[in-house]
Amino acid sequence: MRTITLPPIATAAAWRDAARGLASAAVPPEAVDWRYGNAAPGLFDEAAAPPTAGRFTVPRAFVELAERVCWHSDPERFARLYGVLWRLRDQPGLIQDRGDPALAKLRQMEKSVGRDIHKMRAFLRFREVGDSSAPRRAFAAWFEPEHHIVEPNASFFQRRFGDMDWLIVTPDLSARFEAGQLTFEPGRPRPDIPEDATEALWTTYFRNIFNPARLKVKAMQAEMPKKYWKNMPEAREIPDLIASAEERALAMRAATPTQPPAYARAIKERPMPEQQPPAPDTLAALHEAARGCTRCDLYRNATQVVVGEGSTDAEMMFVGEQPGDQEDLAGRPFVGPAGRLFDEVVAEAGIDRSRTFVTNAVKHFKFAPRGKRRIHQRPDAGEIQACRWWLEAERRLVQPLLIVALGATAAESLTGTGKGILKRRGTVETAFENVPVFLTVHPSYLLRLPDADLKAQERERFRQDLAAAQAHLVELRAT
Amino acid sequence: MGQKTLEQKLAILSDAAKYDASCASSGTARRDSRDGKGLGSTEGSGICHAYAPDGRCISLLKILMTNFCIYDCAYCVNRVSSNVERARFSVDEVVTLTLEFYRRNYIEGLFLSSGIIRSPDTTMADMVRIARTLREEHNFRGYIHLKTIPDASPELIEEAGLYADRLSVNIELPTDASVRSYAPEKDPATIRKAMAQVRLKKEEHRDRSHTGKRPRRFAPAGQSTQMIVGADASDDLAILGNARRLYSSYGLKRVYYSSFSPIPDSSSALPLIRPPLQREHRLYQADWLLRFYGFELEELTAPAREGMLDLDIDPKLAWALANRARFPVDVNRAERETLLRVPGFGTKTVNRILTTRRFRTLRYDDVVRMGANMKQARPFVTLGGWTPGSLTDSADLRSRFAPPPEQLRLL
Repeated sequence: MRTITLPPIATAAAWRDAARGLASAAVPPEAVDWRYGNAAPGLFDEAAAPPTAGRFTVPRAFVELAERVCWHSDPERFARLYGVLWRLRDQPGLIQDRGDPALAKLRQMEKSVGRDIHKMRAFLRFREVGDSSAPRRAFAAWFEPEHHIVEPNASFFQRRFGDMDWLIVTPDLSARFEAGQLTFEPGRPRPDIPEDATEALWTTYFRNIFNPARLKVKAMQAEMPKKYWKNMPEAREIPDLIASAEERALAMRAATPTQPPAYARAIKERPMPEQQPPAPDTLAALHEAARGCTRCDLYRNATQVVVGEGSTDAEMMFVGEQPGDQEDLAGRPFVGPAGRLFDEVVAEAGIDRSRTFVTNAVKHFKFAPRGKRRIHQRPDAGEIQACRWWLEAERRLVQPLLIVALGATAAESLTGTGKGILKRRGTVETAFENVPVFLTVHPSYLLRLPDADLKAQERERFRQDLAAAQAHLVELRAT
Repeated sequence: MGQKTLEQKLAILSDAAKYDASCASSGTARRDSRDGKGLGSTEGSGICHAYAPDGRCISLLKILMTNFCIYDCAYCVNRVSSNVERARFSVDEVVTLTLEFYRRNYIEGLFLSSGIIRSPDTTMADMVRIARTLREEHNFRGYIHLKTIPDASPELIEEAGLYADRLSVNIELPTDASVRSYAPEKDPATIRKAMAQVRLKKEEHRDRSHTGKRPRRFAPAGQSTQMIVGADASDDLAILGNARRLYSSYGLKRVYYSSFSPIPDSSSALPLIRPPLQREHRLYQADWLLRFYGFELEELTAPAREGMLDLDIDPKLAWALANRARFPVDVNRAERETLLRVPGFGTKTVNRILTTRRFRTLRYDDVVRMGANMKQARPFVTLGGWTPGSLTDSADLRSRFAPPPEQLRLL
């Protein structure tokens, strides 16, 4: 029988070294007696594990598991770990097995250590022990963990409380952080740390953040078991809060509504800052009026109405389909991916975008929610019809010489049908009071093409269409 | 009325803040103070530093800057027509409380909200000043959540996002009509636009500039919102439908459902009811099923009547009971999507089943060790050592899970 005694500091590393040596020397689990503490080796113990020879690999997941389990308080932990390590040598796939009883036990222990680490981070309470005006303030805490977790947990407090000195005392081990240096000392019984004045404020907060109408004592205790209460200043209030909750909730329900205080009326009647209504027959007035549009149901899910923008003296007016995801968020037309492509091609076709007007046939974004995204949906005939009213208002305001319909929805709104847009592209029809409408595709059509060559071809065709529209406008100007 | 002490103000302004459900401090950028020049750290998962007897986690110092308010929202304890005692913190008071609480390991950071005083912009500017002071003067690296005021100017919201980990705008009530009737000064369209703006700003700050420089991070823990449940007549279908819209539109991290709780000095416009805690719980369960288990909204509300979820059993179980033809599922063969629909199997359990299944056939005890709730799953699965037989189709299956019927009390 070999006896291996692991030290209370750097336990995990010591176990790993010892286990590696033992396994290399093919020492079976039943021939090892694992101990924990600073005790000197027994008289008849065999020498410590032989030095590492014949290295072998274990799955990374086991190394991480062992690292955690070593901090557990179960005296059997080292033997359990070594038992599984022994089996892993021949069967590395075992680590993937979530049903193996021995591994399941280790995972349960790992979880218990993890929970203890988490609860220490949560429920440890510092009290100030030094001069509060000192450049580095000093704090101390007493905590009673279930497992040997002070060492693995100290770095958390180091990361968090980097600009102050602190001491954490536990019955097992103490951690001291002074002037940026972390050291460990043996554990000791509860020291006398005087109460801190801030605790009264914290207790006040705890009392008042509690809602007596929602008493759920079990839910509280499941997360914050009673064993932690004695070292938490706020926990003293719990019995009283529970006892008085019912009465407080009933009192709230019983209380009849009171009269509003006198100042409420004065504040409510105070005139809100006067907003100048926009001048009638301007784009701003149109925008304002469209804000409250409920002519169809699309307003229910969209963020906002997106009306046209551009020069109201424009000779050319572009009509797209509807705002997309980005347009809906920004409240402006043609700012998403299709809009950026549109801007590029417009420039290439020699059209001055600033002298045009761009808008959509439908002013609200129609979509289907899919997880974290919104999937664009084509507006139906009723929605197009309902929104045509706004399009007509914009047309009257801008009085363009030529309208360019981008895609089937725009064509449907302007000419009454969106069918066969690919055949009709490049032709001129009429809308409203005989305004000429030049038909072409929507830029998003180009974005959807999967083939790069085809995309380049189609982009060129789109540019040609826009150039033809521009040429047509020049003709119209002449007549 | 004399000057209030800090403790009195804290009592008033934390009492006023408790109706906000969120206290999360997770999912933000990693920061620490190992350099010794600042205070605080954030590392992915949040920490609940205490629990109140209402079962809610206390992670952040959740307070109002002031509970003076010029708005008159019927459901709110701080509405202008309420007689609650009013108070206001100074910037320094909030900063000091946050830092002193943080140093004693009471909190993960600050959740600051406020009543609207003078104007939305002045209020928001004061809140931003508090966040800036914490970050820039005190090198505070803990968590900051700012409740954004929807009508505040875009510049202020942008600045808020540079100091805060999370921003939130409350949608308040499930439908626009309810918002208009209960919160007359609030405009649902403005609330939506504020959320849209937060999403756009966050995306803007993600892109590197043309020189390859990474911009400052904007609200790394994203945005969330809260809906009050039970104050108006909206059903669960409407509530979850609205949540689904919000998740898809604004990249929200969380939609919080807060069951309407009677408030001291309540308005006569609202019912003084016991908060519908069970309903709130079922909504959260349904929310999770929609986001992580591949359920569609219509599936969850189908088994229930009139657009409401079943209060007695959880929504997944209710769905399974209504779709028994799909069960039992063979745990050793079924695909991930199917396993996720088994009551009693969570996402972790399903992942464990899938990895272990590659090596061997699973038996009943294996799945128990993997964390499955077999009491729930039993009628819906077959695997080594277990077949449910006629249990899956037994008529009294629902009554095995639902709480026993209570005898109606005579009035």
